[in-house]
Amino acid sequence: MTFALETAKSPETLRRVAIDPVSRVEGHGKVTILLDDNNKVHQVRLHIVEFRGFEKFIQGRPYWEVPVMVQRLCGICPVSHHLAASKALDMMLGIKQLTPTADKIRRLMHAGQMLQSHALHFFHLASPDLLFGFGSDMAKRNIVGVVAAHPEVAKKGVLLRKYGQEVIRMTAGKRVHGTGSVPGGVNKSLSAEERAELQKDIYQMVAWSRDAVAIIRGLFEQNLTQYNAFGRFRSAGMCLVGADGAMDLYHGGLRARDIDGKTLFDHFDYSRYWDVIGEDVKPWSYMKFPFFKSLGTEDGSYRVGPLSRVTMCDHIPTPLADKEREAFLAFDGGSAAGATLGYHWARMIEMLHSAETIKDLLHDDDIVGHDLMATGQRQERGVGVIEAPRGTLIHHYRVDENDQVIRANLIVSTTHNNQAMNTAVREVAMQYLDGVEITEGLLNHIEIAIRAFDPCLSCATHALGQMPLEIAIVGADGTVIDEAMRDHRGLIRELPDHA
Amino acid sequence: MNETNTFLLDGEEIPFTPGQSIIQAATEHGIYIPHLCWHPEFKAHGSCKICTVKVNGRFGSSCTMAAQAGMNVENRTSELDDKRRTLLQMYFVEGNHFCPSCEKSGNCSLQATAYELKMVSPHFDMFYPDRAVDASHPDILLDFNRCIMCSLCVTASREVDGKNVFSMGGRGLLGRRIHISSESGKLADTDFALTDRAASICPVGVILPKRKGFAVPIGERKYDKLPINLQVSEETP
Repeated sequence: MTFALETAKSPETLRRVAIDPVSRVEGHGKVTILLDDNNKVHQVRLHIVEFRGFEKFIQGRPYWEVPVMVQRLCGICPVSHHLAASKALDMMLGIKQLTPTADKIRRLMHAGQMLQSHALHFFHLASPDLLFGFGSDMAKRNIVGVVAAHPEVAKKGVLLRKYGQEVIRMTAGKRVHGTGSVPGGVNKSLSAEERAELQKDIYQMVAWSRDAVAIIRGLFEQNLTQYNAFGRFRSAGMCLVGADGAMDLYHGGLRARDIDGKTLFDHFDYSRYWDVIGEDVKPWSYMKFPFFKSLGTEDGSYRVGPLSRVTMCDHIPTPLADKEREAFLAFDGGSAAGATLGYHWARMIEMLHSAETIKDLLHDDDIVGHDLMATGQRQERGVGVIEAPRGTLIHHYRVDENDQVIRANLIVSTTHNNQAMNTAVREVAMQYLDGVEITEGLLNHIEIAIRAFDPCLSCATHALGQMPLEIAIVGADGTVIDEAMRDHRGLIRELPDHA
Repeated sequence: MNETNTFLLDGEEIPFTPGQSIIQAATEHGIYIPHLCWHPEFKAHGSCKICTVKVNGRFGSSCTMAAQAGMNVENRTSELDDKRRTLLQMYFVEGNHFCPSCEKSGNCSLQATAYELKMVSPHFDMFYPDRAVDASHPDILLDFNRCIMCSLCVTASREVDGKNVFSMGGRGLLGRRIHISSESGKLADTDFALTDRAASICPVGVILPKRKGFAVPIGERKYDKLPINLQVSEETP
């Protein structure tokens, strides 16, 4: 990971270029780049400029509202929050095993979510850069341009997403912000008619998902040198895996590897995630910086999401996606599996896996069962972890004897990737921007590095109450007259005199 | 039936029994007059003003005004529905009504009435009052954020349950509220029970059974199936 460009020595002497807002990502963020007179890059930061207060205002609410309330964090992958909260509250209710129907309906909902979110990201947000070129004409570099130039590709993207949304509607009650998953199980299963309706198109969805994998593979083959090198950096990683080491996006233990691929922990029980993961805070971002405690705040940075999941699992438990995983890992001696743009390839392999999972579940009679709820011995707290489209998502709640939430902690996928995204944009800045005249096309390269992670910036800002701040008083001539800093404990101290 | 015991409601002749209010006669005849604080089981409270109609050209509460032979009552006119919508908007901004995460959503009279009257925004600035949640009772949660001061819980507890668990007190927009009749002010210190009539009377989401959230899926809730104006005879919870 790159920390060298995090903070310039004399920022007041440098020119500032801002990409504000970063486009074609979920939520609002900006990138600032500080350059000297020779266009040499001295500082690059990805800032998250919006704020969420869910951990605070969920306090005092009854626990059964939580899965429905916290999913409002996001309109793109609310199912992930809906399910992570439900899983946490299953644990709080002392439920170790859901009924087969509840487990499979939740898995179906989650697979629908993965399918629609990955399709949205690849076709609507990322494909304009990949199909037209990184520095191509800005007027065409959008979904409308894709529709005009590649109508068949765009159509598949729209219909794949629509199908995923239908799976969500039938399992959760609504396409966005449903109520299907409740602490202890689900409130509905599929009717025979709903099952038949989804079965009609699922084979087409599997076929189109295979086409999508072929598209990104083809792009890698055509642009091998550029794609492999673009924003490349070595990174540790983390994901959930099933008991047999297979990819499991809904449930499992935590697996982590360092930058050399050495296992740091495996099948770790996520109910004590804080034993292995810490959260650092920095004065210039609302987003926290998680790290592996055993390696410290800098060496312990890691990345999550499709690239970590596809490269770190032992296999994918659906045949077509597993073949694609093997091909991805073997491609050009494994080069794509370490590339930042490898995220896109891994994401499409996961989309294929999700389509196959939906197909398998639609042929399982448990999804039309009627045994929906389980019970258990009530506990004081619960932790739920799920692999959301963008990576590992952690929900943690403590509930008092009156059934009110007294503490909530959410570590969302994009937060895990905070340092990795900053590193990627710094790498790209050094590769493409250092010492040259900056153009819009070059700045888009920075955004392409961010988009590879498919960040959801709206979900990811959680530093309430611990937010360190730096305040600078700047004179009319630009010199810094005074500076003060509030640290993560809320203590304010003066910084050395700059006058 | 005495043929003189009728009145006109939006041009339709409605029979009534002497002593009935306008809303009672209309309800018996299957006609919906929008309302919140009135309930067919109890004496009218006359506080919400949503049931305001025009009788012979003058405004009046249809829940407190006795039906009279020959009166001409206007109900679902655009003039009256506009005023009702404004009143509803005031109800929404005075409390903290977050339908998306409310268990009562789909079964809520306030929400259903707002849909019926085509309220699409709160229009006024939100008050965001600081109201308490009383989670002390083992079986029942009280979330006063959603209270519209209809007083149905006060009446039901007093008249049906014989307990006087609730009372209304205080002055002013932010001071007036439902009080719990116990020394601590907590529901846990009363003899309130889930089987009380008052426990199921709340038209909004203040009084709800604990540990039961979203058990009924979207699409299968009371007002998901039919709008409130078509459920006049089934209104009693």
